[in-house]
Amino acid sequence: MNPKRKYGAIVIGVSAGGLNAVSFILKKLPADFQLPIIIIQHRNTDQRELLEDILQEKCKMKLKQADEKEKIKDGVIYIAPPDYHLLIENDFTFSLSSDARVKYSRPSIDLLFESASYVYRERLVGIILTGANNDGSDGIIRISKYGGETVAQNPEEAEFPFMPKAAIETGCVKHIFSLADIQKYLLKINQM
Amino acid sequence: MDIENKEFKKLLETIHFIYGYDFTDYSEASLRRRIEHFMTHKKIDDLTLLGRMLAKDEQLFAEFVLEMSVTVTSMFRDPSFYKSIREHVVHRLATYPFIKIWIAGCATGQEVYSLAILLEEEGLLNRSVIYATDINQNSLQIAKEGVYSIDNLKEYTLNYQKSGGTKSFSEYYKAKYNHVMFDKSLKQNIVFSPHNLSVDQSFNEFQLIICRNVLIYFKQALQNKVFDLFYDSLCPFGFLGLGNKESLLFSDKKKHFDEIDKKEKIFMKKKYIS
Repeated sequence: MNPKRKYGAIVIGVSAGGLNAVSFILKKLPADFQLPIIIIQHRNTDQRELLEDILQEKCKMKLKQADEKEKIKDGVIYIAPPDYHLLIENDFTFSLSSDARVKYSRPSIDLLFESASYVYRERLVGIILTGANNDGSDGIIRISKYGGETVAQNPEEAEFPFMPKAAIETGCVKHIFSLADIQKYLLKINQM
Repeated sequence: MDIENKEFKKLLETIHFIYGYDFTDYSEASLRRRIEHFMTHKKIDDLTLLGRMLAKDEQLFAEFVLEMSVTVTSMFRDPSFYKSIREHVVHRLATYPFIKIWIAGCATGQEVYSLAILLEEEGLLNRSVIYATDINQNSLQIAKEGVYSIDNLKEYTLNYQKSGGTKSFSEYYKAKYNHVMFDKSLKQNIVFSPHNLSVDQSFNEFQLIICRNVLIYFKQALQNKVFDLFYDSLCPFGFLGLGNKESLLFSDKKKHFDEIDKKEKIFMKKKYIS
């Protein structure tokens, strides 16, 4: 991680309707995009690497499933493996947990956001996209508390508005953006 | 609630000093979350206060340990793992007159009954002994009873079918009220016992050790120590099955094992070290 940059990582939480939304954002990010992007997409447990294969086809940045104890590298997109919670350790490595589902979800967006905000503090950007439950809203509160940036997809535009709406209702979301604006925003913070 | 790093380390040291339980080799993010959860539940909002309370209240500490070490599991979790055991491991186990198996970190026992069912269907259960261990006494008690909520039955049945099960899953349990109870005959050759992977030694020699989704909670040093323990506890050509995101990749013991199924994380101990 480059300490001169304003931000250290971007975390994205997305559920139902996620594939379209995520690929829309990722496809235009340049191959030399600097910040690591860590994504929780709620997914089916038995399709182990299918999502990674589909998304890698659509984007220029390197994309992979996060591995246990893997060091987080700049410029890589990481996807949480199915059926495990993905957490971030103090030494910027991933750890996995098999703990009970949180808000019926494993991986849980809240758990990633909470552990990431603990490590990255104000240098974290958290984004909630389309989804049909309220996972991520507690994570957004935590990121905001540590002084990080919080973004939600405009529920009017989202395929499933419930999840961004729940995040916004916490009062802790700083920016409500369309997908196109989220993409511009990411390009902007990548320069900071 | 926020847990600051310095206080967090101090708490773990206090616990180690007073009770001899060493959590310093556990992955911190999960541990921190569990401690937060425990504090919320107990309405304790200060880490230093928690440390003081744990130091003088053994009962509270007992609850704390249970909360720190609880894990969840499912029958035939990752059905493809069990399918691979059927395909790659069973016929080699069958060559032994007496089969000893260790399920380390068995949690509430669902994977123990899964393996017992598999062995029963392969005609091996009556000459096998499964040692099922966990650090958490509560989980172990649930495992011993073999009674589970009926809510998960649909998932269990589906997993069983996907794992290559040859019968009707309902033959193995009785449903009563909101619970299912697994057949007593499955339990005959299972020994449930407490074991702490971070401090306890090997207690037998096994043809198969299964330890899934336990090592993810440990830091590298403790993982290596546990791999050494497993290596020492396996007979030559013995098998080791890990969770599907766990690997021997970073372990010093990597070269002493052959990969039997890369995707399902099944390894075999080499006879000679080359």
